[in-house]
Amino acid sequence: MGLQIEKDHQRFRRIVKGKIREDLRKFLTRGELLGREGKKYITIPVRGIEIPHFRYGDNNDSGVGKGDGKPGDAADGEGIGPGGEQEGQHILEVEVSLDELAEILGEELKLPRIKPKGKHRITAERDRYSGIRQSGPESLRHFKRTFRRALRRQIMSGLYNPEAPRIIFERRDKVYRSWKTILNPQSNAVIIYMMDVSGSMGDEQKELVRLEAFWIDAWLRKNYQGIESRYIVHDVRAAEVDRETFFRVREDGGTRISSAFRVARELMEHHYSPQDWNIYLFHFSDGDNSSESDSRECCTLLRENMIPALNMFGYCQVASAYGSGNFINVLHEHLSDQETVVTTRVNTKDDIYDSIRAFFAAGR
Amino acid sequence: MNPMLPKEIVKEAERIADFARREGLDFFPTIFEMLKSEQMSQFAAYGGFPQRYPHWRFGMEYEGLRKQHKYGLSRIYEMVINNNPCYAYLLVDNMMVDHKTVIAHVYAHSDFFKNNIWFSRTDRRMMDGMANHATRVRRYIERFGQERVEKFIDTCLSLENLIDPHSVFMRRTADAPLRPQQDEDDDDSAPRYPAKSYMDRYINPPARMARDRESHRAEEEKARERFPVKPVRDIMLFLLQNATLRDWEADILSIIREEAYYFAPQGQTKIMNEGWASYWHSTIMTNYVLRDDEIVDYCEHHSGTLATSPGRLNPYKMGIELFRDIERRWNTGRYGPQYDACEDMALRREWGKDKAPKGRVVGQGSPGREKIFQVRALYNDVTFLDEFLTPEFVDEQNLYHYKLDPATGKMVVVNRDFDKIKQQLLFMLTNHAQPYIFVMDGNYRNRGELYLAHSHTGPDVEIKYAVETLKQIQKVWKRPVHLAARIDDEPILFSFDGEQSSQQHIDDAIEPPANQF
Repeated sequence: MGLQIEKDHQRFRRIVKGKIREDLRKFLTRGELLGREGKKYITIPVRGIEIPHFRYGDNNDSGVGKGDGKPGDAADGEGIGPGGEQEGQHILEVEVSLDELAEILGEELKLPRIKPKGKHRITAERDRYSGIRQSGPESLRHFKRTFRRALRRQIMSGLYNPEAPRIIFERRDKVYRSWKTILNPQSNAVIIYMMDVSGSMGDEQKELVRLEAFWIDAWLRKNYQGIESRYIVHDVRAAEVDRETFFRVREDGGTRISSAFRVARELMEHHYSPQDWNIYLFHFSDGDNSSESDSRECCTLLRENMIPALNMFGYCQVASAYGSGNFINVLHEHLSDQETVVTTRVNTKDDIYDSIRAFFAAGR
Repeated sequence: MNPMLPKEIVKEAERIADFARREGLDFFPTIFEMLKSEQMSQFAAYGGFPQRYPHWRFGMEYEGLRKQHKYGLSRIYEMVINNNPCYAYLLVDNMMVDHKTVIAHVYAHSDFFKNNIWFSRTDRRMMDGMANHATRVRRYIERFGQERVEKFIDTCLSLENLIDPHSVFMRRTADAPLRPQQDEDDDDSAPRYPAKSYMDRYINPPARMARDRESHRAEEEKARERFPVKPVRDIMLFLLQNATLRDWEADILSIIREEAYYFAPQGQTKIMNEGWASYWHSTIMTNYVLRDDEIVDYCEHHSGTLATSPGRLNPYKMGIELFRDIERRWNTGRYGPQYDACEDMALRREWGKDKAPKGRVVGQGSPGREKIFQVRALYNDVTFLDEFLTPEFVDEQNLYHYKLDPATGKMVVVNRDFDKIKQQLLFMLTNHAQPYIFVMDGNYRNRGELYLAHSHTGPDVEIKYAVETLKQIQKVWKRPVHLAARIDDEPILFSFDGEQSSQQHIDDAIEPPANQF
């Protein structure tokens, strides 16, 4: 393209990849790729290098915002920060659908599309509302665009009265959503999430799990049409719970990981035959299992009863206040020959990025 | 490299310039150029300039902007640079009505650059300046290698905020002597109380005067030994004058410093500058330019620019509303001691309504209009808010003060107290919400060590960053460097001697620097 900036850009890319300027590596930051459920909000992951400056620390944590809200209510977003990086930029907020979010995720992490296994490659038709046209059923009328056209027509023809604004649609104002039919291979998948809720898993760890699960969900939903999620929590015993409880529940006591694996195995045996389902099993824990023998038992369970049926077993070990446990090492020791077993460590939000990539890089 | 400006736009630009002049705006000649979106991203990454010195940081900016554009998250509509003539860029695939809005907006920015006092000392030929800087740096890269030069630029960028934006209005230490000149026979070196001549002997007794003079002289004598004489805020300049640098290093340091000073007023006047530009694009567009069929699109653009999402403050919105508020207040006489003293809210609400100019367009010549022109010339964001933020305004704009709740880690609304809100806003705008760091001693412990200190005004400095920044400063100073800072109410001295970082509690055993706050 010959833009001068391309040279600076290439230099930056090479630094990020670690080919040059090792001294800058420690200042690498990853832009967070975090979606907030409910609110459509996204930040784009841009790898950055932060040059150190003298700046204020953590006790600089108040600001001024604008909006409704009584004292004690949550204040959303950031307030006005230390302004003035760039002169005159207008930023428009854009709504992003979960689908697009997953698209961005896939592109950023360079994730390959998942190839569903098995022979169930029935093609399903799906409609996507992506266009606009002049005619259509009233139920598909695009209100905002129609309104704009009518408003504009009335202003131009002098019919608009600002004192008593009344917009009346005419036939020519109306526009409708239109759809395209796209063909999609139909395949079903189930994600079984298991989480350690023993005493050592605190709120911070749960938040990491929640974010990680959000992105796992987003990516798999992008790749499969029919998707089910099941949730299992465990300390020394395990039980299936609903999604809400999964992220809320807090137990005390010890950890016996095999209990969760047994419940998962039962679920699989009763509901999800590997012929019909792509099965994903994820386990989140701080890895602090009660006994070495239980950890070994987990490996046996996995190897003999579960792995053959699974698309993937993902184990994600989060760091907790009590240090991180040994379970990940046991898995490495016993199951390193299984390519469907993927393990990652997540210590901070930044690691989620790498963790997701590790799980899905192989396109399974 | 850019397509010729379409005739249509040239014509519109001239037309809008006429309206702007008629309204009293006084701007630099302004040159518009059309850019494609990639070019716009390049220019934006370069801070608005077509050329900058080679550095990875611009590439990083560029990547971020391209990605945002690609995913439709943000879009740069306009860019304008403070230069004479002023350069402004239009995005080629915008609609005509967008171009017109941007053009009106740009003329107001240009007027602000030209007339606001904080911009008065900026280099108006920075277009050439930046290109020269680029050439100089390229020459150094050819001679000394990219890695070596780039590393030094990184070091300088670490210090980029250690300048004193007010110093441009003082006499430069370069042309003023570093130590105050002293007249040996200066009789007034000791304070003398005013007195009638026959009383002078009693009010200013000669013996006492002699003693005072002596101690004053001794004090001055000591000051002469201090280096620097007073704490220095422009640390970049201090290093430039006193660090042992190679010529090319000194040149690069001076380049980064010059650019930091060039950009500083834009940071100091963000709210005012954007508010002023928005006020004028709105006034000019709605009174003169818009055609009926353009109104809907214009409104969408305008409200998008001024949109405030819950919990966020938009400088465009804050600025335009404050300017409008000032205009309204001065048109209705809602200022001065009489109004300030009035505590009857009902009376305040009705104040001066009869005096308000009638009609939809409150134009030139009104006291409100005159006032805002004066404000745009003399204020920066801090003084602007300090003087014109009123409880009524805070109430109307629905502002609140929020704080981190340590229990939940979430930001929560604390209150809507005017004083708190104002204080918080001012804090966030003062010195870019960055800590004040001073050079306290350039010859600490008589070993040529550099002693810096954080002037503590509320929050602590971030330790991790402070330690890394110290390392960068040491690369320039070459001798050990120290930073005195208060962390959790404890005075701590952070040090870096070139190999090792250390920190210790400041107590009597530690030698104090030459200067104290």
